[in-house]
Amino acid sequence: MKAVEMLGITKSFGSKFASSDIDFHVEKGEIHSLLGENGAGKTTLMNILFGMIKPDSGKILLNEKEVKIDSPLEAIDNGISMVHQHFMLVDNLTVAENIVLGAEPHKGILFDREGAFREIQEIADRYHFVIDPREMVGNLSVGIKQRVEILKALYHRSDILILDEPTAVLTPQEVNDLFKVLNELKADGKTIIIITHKLKETMAIADSVTILRRGELIGRYSIKEVDEQKLADLMVGRLVNFSVEKKPMKDDMPVKLSLKNISLKKNGKQALNDLSLEVHAGEILGVAGVEGNGQSELIEVLTGVAQHYDGTYMIGDADVTNKNAKTILKYMANIAEDRRARGYVKSFTNWENMILGYHTLSDYMTKAGFLKTREIRKITEDEIEANDIRTEGPLQLTDSLSGGNVQKLIVARMLRHQKGLVLAAQPTRGVDIGAIEYIHGELIKLRDAGAAVILISAELDEIVKLSDRIAVLYEGRVAALRKAEEFTESELGSYMLGHDPEKEEA
Amino acid sequence: MVKMKGKLKDLMTRSGILFSLASMVLALILCAVVIGILGYSPLEAYRAMVKGAFGNSYNISQTIGIAVPLIFSGLSMAIASKVGVFNIGIEGQMLVGSFAAALAGYYIKGLPMFIHLPLSLLCGIMMGGLWALIAAELRNFLHINEVILTIMLNYVAQYVVSYMVNFPFKAEGNVVRTEYVQDSARLAILVPHTRLSSGIFLALIVAIVLAIVLKRTKFGYELRAVGTNPLAAQSAGINQKKYIRLAMFISGALAGLGGAGEVLGYCGYYIPSMTQGYGFDGIAIATMGQNNPIGTVVSAFLFGALRNGAAGMNQSTSIPGELIEVLEALIILFVSTPGIFKYIKKQMKARKAGK
Repeated sequence: MKAVEMLGITKSFGSKFASSDIDFHVEKGEIHSLLGENGAGKTTLMNILFGMIKPDSGKILLNEKEVKIDSPLEAIDNGISMVHQHFMLVDNLTVAENIVLGAEPHKGILFDREGAFREIQEIADRYHFVIDPREMVGNLSVGIKQRVEILKALYHRSDILILDEPTAVLTPQEVNDLFKVLNELKADGKTIIIITHKLKETMAIADSVTILRRGELIGRYSIKEVDEQKLADLMVGRLVNFSVEKKPMKDDMPVKLSLKNISLKKNGKQALNDLSLEVHAGEILGVAGVEGNGQSELIEVLTGVAQHYDGTYMIGDADVTNKNAKTILKYMANIAEDRRARGYVKSFTNWENMILGYHTLSDYMTKAGFLKTREIRKITEDEIEANDIRTEGPLQLTDSLSGGNVQKLIVARMLRHQKGLVLAAQPTRGVDIGAIEYIHGELIKLRDAGAAVILISAELDEIVKLSDRIAVLYEGRVAALRKAEEFTESELGSYMLGHDPEKEEA
Repeated sequence: MVKMKGKLKDLMTRSGILFSLASMVLALILCAVVIGILGYSPLEAYRAMVKGAFGNSYNISQTIGIAVPLIFSGLSMAIASKVGVFNIGIEGQMLVGSFAAALAGYYIKGLPMFIHLPLSLLCGIMMGGLWALIAAELRNFLHINEVILTIMLNYVAQYVVSYMVNFPFKAEGNVVRTEYVQDSARLAILVPHTRLSSGIFLALIVAIVLAIVLKRTKFGYELRAVGTNPLAAQSAGINQKKYIRLAMFISGALAGLGGAGEVLGYCGYYIPSMTQGYGFDGIAIATMGQNNPIGTVVSAFLFGALRNGAAGMNQSTSIPGELIEVLEALIILFVSTPGIFKYIKKQMKARKAGK
């Protein structure tokens, strides 16, 4: 039986079609992946199902009966719940209070807090969730917060669960836990829809998949009919090249950057603990690790944002220990870890962001301190053209571009100004496959041309695929550092969790 | 042509000019309702106001004259906002600036005008700038909230200057004010018997220079970066503290220049409460001008017309001039709460879709 069926759904924003004449259905009791790149219209389609957006035309059937859903409340009444990418939780309420919010159990006119705790505990036990209903939500990790959102759906007795990019914020271990939970729910007869752009996860968890591209339906497949490569090709609309070809690494290349015994305290915590690294010309050094093990602080040290650490930081022959960002930018170009916070200025147009950090170069500024507006715009236009950045032009606000295109602009800026040493921090976070392909390609090109590249990423696949050597960060120190081919993936995972596989074997 | 029109519309909405004007119109309508409820004729009120503001050459000169200090206080607010600092201390900075200019104008004697006048203006500029710098440095080094600092410094300025004008520097006679400044320190009055002085040229030049500096120079570029994304600015090697310091100094300097212009132009001396809340009006003016120097000038003229129109309304009708303050308050309310317009727009769209 079809739990959900959407027929002829069309929705346009202005002249742009977010979905055009889409047919979509999910069988009862299956896990369905709604797959597509950013801007493909996945979230729009699900927001329509959840009553948050009104379609221009089309109809919705639940359990093969036509329904009208005009608001999220009506969706919940119809047994549909949605877990948004950004959780809708109140930090200073308990787990149970968050879950019952809006439909609280009560005794007379009073809120029955104990009753809420009991009821939530029961639901959690039924699905084997390890969670304390009395815990403050603010104290929970991201993975557990997501669990709270799922419990909310169960509390509302929803049979259809929509999850928007559920793994975007999770560590690999948390992803596994989530998948266990989802399989449990499926066994209980729930229908689950996952909005995602990740192929691996689709293959791992889904029974069937619907692919959207630029607001159009590409197809619906059983998971047995497809593989990762086929999904990628369908999603992007052309053949995607996953494999990376690099020239063999040369030995005895000079050291371009070295950190010796770096220690840094942040908020009273030892964030970096006697950390040492070296990067050679012509190599990509991957820094792997579960987030929160010192990556951000390492980036701050490398970029000169942090200026109060112990140890020595050398770039080539220059001692840049505790030097500021302005000095370090002269040697090392970077892709910022969090592009919205540090990568570009929101009120700036593309041409202004194109030179951010390099605006005092004589190419861009006269001696009197005036910006060479015309030249910069011309350069920006060329870069937009050369890097296939989708934008109206140099005068458009960068903030109004899609994540992938913003990142391409930042990469273009890095490429234009780099001098053989590059820091790429989370270079493909939140960008689509096309942009990932492009960015990976450019990093390899840099390396092949003899540049030293430091790649810090939470995506283990990315690290393994690109790196010549891999350093694993754990609690602010380097837990392991070897050539990439000398690690197995499970070894990497163990080091990331603070285990030492060699010792454990012995 | 259609494309041009589209572009123009785009520009208007993007810089929010359309939005500011709509706020103004909405405030005028709402104020008309208030006037009506109070039992007066809104039509008569607005007619008297327009007459008061633009009725004859005298009124027009007065309107432009009032706009001069408003332009300075608006620009002062705008530049502080651009760097992300909320300067509520403009009133105080204006006060100390005007007082310093009054002293320099009177006590320095025997200089030719082309030295004495700029020097007196400079005294106002420096005093206002330094006054604002106190707040900037306390924020930079002790992380004290600049809003509270600047508010408190207003009081300090008010009482210190009040003491000075009442005792050590009081002019001969019954009126509490300073002595007339020397003729060599006066700005020329452009239209006799009005408050319109050559300060207007100063104000316009400053606004244009500021617009160019903000948009075209390294200084403006880095200042705006600090104001919108301090972290991104830091990563780009821009010194945040330096820009807060510089922008606050300029903000205070503009306020001080505005005050000095009043002393050396319209008044000829310092007299308590001469700034009449111009400093606070600056907040509304800059907000309505979207912190854009040219927009700020336009909005300062509108506020000048409102103030002068109110005076006219007061004289020629029985409607209390205080109603103008209601109107100003309504404009501020609408300009600073964009949510109201978004809500109205959404409702209208929903209604359209419903049909």
